[in-house]
Amino acid sequence: MAVNPAIQGRSYPPTESYLVGREKVREFARAVFSADPVSLDPEAARAAGFADVVAPPTFAVVVQEHTLAQLLADDDAGIDFSRVVHGDQRFSFTRPIVAGDELTATLTVTGVKSLGGNSMVTAESAIHDAAGAHVVTAISTLVVRAEEEER
Amino acid sequence: MTELTVGQVVAERTIPLTRDSLVRYAGASGDFNPIHYRDDVAASVGLPGVLAHGMLTMGAAVQAVVDWAGGAARVRDYQVRFTRPVVVDPETGAELEVTAKVGALDEEAGTARIDLTVRSAGQTVLGKAQVVVVTAA
Repeated sequence: MAVNPAIQGRSYPPTESYLVGREKVREFARAVFSADPVSLDPEAARAAGFADVVAPPTFAVVVQEHTLAQLLADDDAGIDFSRVVHGDQRFSFTRPIVAGDELTATLTVTGVKSLGGNSMVTAESAIHDAAGAHVVTAISTLVVRAEEEER
Repeated sequence: MTELTVGQVVAERTIPLTRDSLVRYAGASGDFNPIHYRDDVAASVGLPGVLAHGMLTMGAAVQAVVDWAGGAARVRDYQVRFTRPVVVDPETGAELEVTAKVGALDEEAGTARIDLTVRSAGQTVLGKAQVVVVTAA
């Protein structure tokens, strides 16, 4: 199985709405060693002008993950998960994620490249809030290692 | 933050990782790939040991910048390349050594690009690790 180059430009349907929970944000913040009061303390977040706790920057991966699952489940894409290595990751924010947000994510494959038998797949997941406003775009480059017989 | 100069070190931090850290991150993120907590599975796919989630390394490293910049909401853009895995020993764990330096200033946009150097066991584990933060009030 090899990565299908025709997936370049392909978009997947928006994911089901993800409701960002206060305790999930706090749990994630503790897991990444955050000491940031706006992520951990609702009072501090409100004092800083936010409705509730603010997610650490990489929390967006939790929402993005649902879109990557769509891509990996697409048999036509030909991405063998057991050969996938995470190459690059990027988050570009319009605004931070805040507890209470209802987010949906839409993945588009923006690049498929071959390099010495390996494939590099770049996937951009645009994350929007319930009002349809852009929050953050999460971009992953997945390196799909060549199968032995393809080398 | 008006006195920033390119090359200036704005934060340094050492983050100790243990297997507990990996289990905690697995639960918090929903990434339950067993290479991050099972030695037998890690060995069966040819890895030198149980690895930290790349996203844990990315997420923990940026906290030094978050604290310096005045909170998570200050981060506009954050990117990394995963260049080397972080092996987490079951007894002694691993350490992430993070250095954050000013890489570029954009006074018009009111932002600074902070470049992270992240090392573990003497080797760089993230490449092109760049955080764009809002520096204007």
